[in-house]
Amino acid sequence: MNPFERDDGESDANGGDGVEPAAITVEDCSLSFGELSVLEDVSVRVEPGEFVGFVGPNGAGKTTLLRAISGALEPDSGTVSIDGVDIHDVSSKRSSQLVSVVPQDTTLSFSFPVRDVVEMGRHPHRSRFSSPTREDHEAVERALERTRTTDLAERPIDAVSGGQRQRVVLARAVAQETPAMLLDEPTASLDINHQLETLELVRELVDEGRTVVAAIHDLDLAARYCDRLVLLADGTVHESGPPSSVLTTETLGEAFDANAVVTPNPVTNSETVTTLPDDGVRRHSSSRTTASPTDRESGSLPLPDRVHVEGTGSAAAGAIARLEASEAAIDVTLGPVSSGDVAAETAQSIGIDAIEVEPFARLSAANRERAERRIHAADVTVLADFVVGAGNQTLLDALEDSALVVVETKPVAERNFAGTAARERYVACRERAVTSSVEGILEAVVEATADESRSRSPPIDSADD
Amino acid sequence: MTYSARTLSWSAGLTALLVAVVVASAALGPVRVDPTTVALSILNAIVVPSSVTSGSATVPVFGVGVPTPSFQYTSIFAFDVPNTHQIIVADIRLPRIALAATVGFALAAAGTVMQGFFRNPLADPSIIGVSTGAAAGAVAAIAFPMLVPFGSLHLSAFAGALLTAFLVYSIATEGGRTPVATLLLAGVAMQALLGAVISYMLVHSGDSLRQAVVWMMGHLSNSTWGDVAFALPVTLVGVLVLGSYTRDLNVLLLGEEDAHHLGTEVERTKFLLLAVASIVTAAGVAVAGVIGFVGLVVPHIMRLIIGPDHRILLPTSALAGASFLVVTDTIARAGPAEVPVGIITAFVGAPFFLFLLVRREVNSV
Repeated sequence: MNPFERDDGESDANGGDGVEPAAITVEDCSLSFGELSVLEDVSVRVEPGEFVGFVGPNGAGKTTLLRAISGALEPDSGTVSIDGVDIHDVSSKRSSQLVSVVPQDTTLSFSFPVRDVVEMGRHPHRSRFSSPTREDHEAVERALERTRTTDLAERPIDAVSGGQRQRVVLARAVAQETPAMLLDEPTASLDINHQLETLELVRELVDEGRTVVAAIHDLDLAARYCDRLVLLADGTVHESGPPSSVLTTETLGEAFDANAVVTPNPVTNSETVTTLPDDGVRRHSSSRTTASPTDRESGSLPLPDRVHVEGTGSAAAGAIARLEASEAAIDVTLGPVSSGDVAAETAQSIGIDAIEVEPFARLSAANRERAERRIHAADVTVLADFVVGAGNQTLLDALEDSALVVVETKPVAERNFAGTAARERYVACRERAVTSSVEGILEAVVEATADESRSRSPPIDSADD
Repeated sequence: MTYSARTLSWSAGLTALLVAVVVASAALGPVRVDPTTVALSILNAIVVPSSVTSGSATVPVFGVGVPTPSFQYTSIFAFDVPNTHQIIVADIRLPRIALAATVGFALAAAGTVMQGFFRNPLADPSIIGVSTGAAAGAVAAIAFPMLVPFGSLHLSAFAGALLTAFLVYSIATEGGRTPVATLLLAGVAMQALLGAVISYMLVHSGDSLRQAVVWMMGHLSNSTWGDVAFALPVTLVGVLVLGSYTRDLNVLLLGEEDAHHLGTEVERTKFLLLAVASIVTAAGVAVAGVIGFVGLVVPHIMRLIIGPDHRILLPTSALAGASFLVVTDTIARAGPAEVPVGIITAFVGAPFFLFLLVRREVNSV
């Protein structure tokens, strides 16, 4: 359909406010402020009825891209079209019939009643001399109702709370009845309750038939509500796709320069991003095969290439997540671990090689052999809340030559199901190991590696009994 | 109550106030006339064109003499009023009162628009140098009549005002955009420059110095119906145009980017508002000189009373401005010695404004 032929309010047959979602196409957009290049050849396509989140570090160009899409900023090159209309080629009246904007900060220090503010959303649909039509009134009332601001309608806008104000601005955009809607950090200044309320509302609007693009800095919320994420970094599209494919340790590490772990959130069933402090442990060269002896001789820390983790629960999950997220680029393996254990789930979501076994089953010979191979291949083995059972106590024997780190969050007594002998075997392991908390796992692993290499190079008597 | 009902009731009330103020003002002066006589005299003065004849005077159009139409006017009313009173009210006091109302209407309307436009509580109709430009034109016409091609004080002041506004706008515009902050600064700089030019002309104005100074203080004495005929049509048409942009003014209060997203053609609207507000200001200033504070204080007071909605604010401010200037001009001329009205408006307006500031009533647009 030729968008210029569409008359507002005529496609009312499908109920609601009669808006058909429109596609947004950004093609090869470049934009600079003076010398500073903010967007470089950005291409994004948003399908009709999609909720796409722009994520990325501060200064990545999220807001600038939104402003380019809304028509507020004209790109130096490239085009933006909404519903097939080049947004920079039409009047602002026409563009504001296609796309509404919920800005991050709206200057609303004026005592307009809330209803009048929402009515401003009808501005693009009205001619200069006409008084508001019934259609305008209905659109305003619908928008108020939709955003649960009807009760506030008579209140002055400068006398409502921040969360309410956000909903009023959203109501204004809803009253505009545009097929596409842009939101810049709609949750930035809200408390958690209002953040959810706002995004739930946006999600509803999307489901009713709108295309929405939002810049969202909270990655968890973005993952939870958006159909698709576009990860921007340094003015380019770094990654784009469903939240689970965009939010990964690798992409976040590259885009945000941060140590982050992405795990499934069992409550929301979406991705949760956990950022960890910079551990300062870094290989001198980016490839993990080049932790060369020269590095170690020059006084830098001897970093383990491979670490194997055995254990269960949040201790093991935390350990593998931290080791994987570290910039030390360590190969982490896990297991054996019962499938369904939080450690197994975490390993799966962050892509760690794990030996999963049936819960409560005896460790098969094949799996034991696999585990032993990994222990021998690893520079350090971590026992994280290791549960000593009849099935796996023999694994402790395989640890004899390994550098060991022990992480305990529960007393051994609670984790031992294999009798006194097994317990003593475990305690013996613990005595020669570096003990650590979950948080300090990386340092402990490094320390264990250092101990190991020291004890190996000069052939001295082992102090271990 | 919807805004249109509010607009109507407020406008009706303020129109009634204006009528009352006009009648009271026409009654006051060296000769006291009782208000009933005043009202009847005013009604007697209302005329309508009764017939049009092809007059004897001709104007050349492309070299051909075209006769100008000449109107015959007839009074609608013929109340029995003493002749002296009729002359004092209708011929002496009324032109001055009508001009005061017109100029007050123009300045308050333009001030409302400028404050909304600049989102700055300090904005007044002269913020981009219109009044200073008018003063420069007027002083030039007074001090160096031989240099001014028009010969008319009004036209010279009017031209000076519009030329200044146009210059300031052109200087502040770059690449199709006119940032409001640049506009403000360009206005300030232009006012300083023209101030120097005016001072120079005053120094060399010789005998006409007094006339120039009185003009610059703002004056309504010796007003004629001709002055009203010059200012009133421009003011009415201008304010009507501004009135059709009140929703855009509201939207512009949200900021230019929001206004763009709500369908306002920002740069075009800014140009139009600035141009029309400047023309309206220029029409007032050209006939009455620089009358300060009307365009600053009246919009602020009205905003305190009825809120920021320009759909109501513009007509009510304009009507209130008309009443305000009629009252202050009455004070200016009814005292033992007449003073320029600009002194009174500043004398009344500034303390009131300071009072509002101290009460923290005025801190934003």
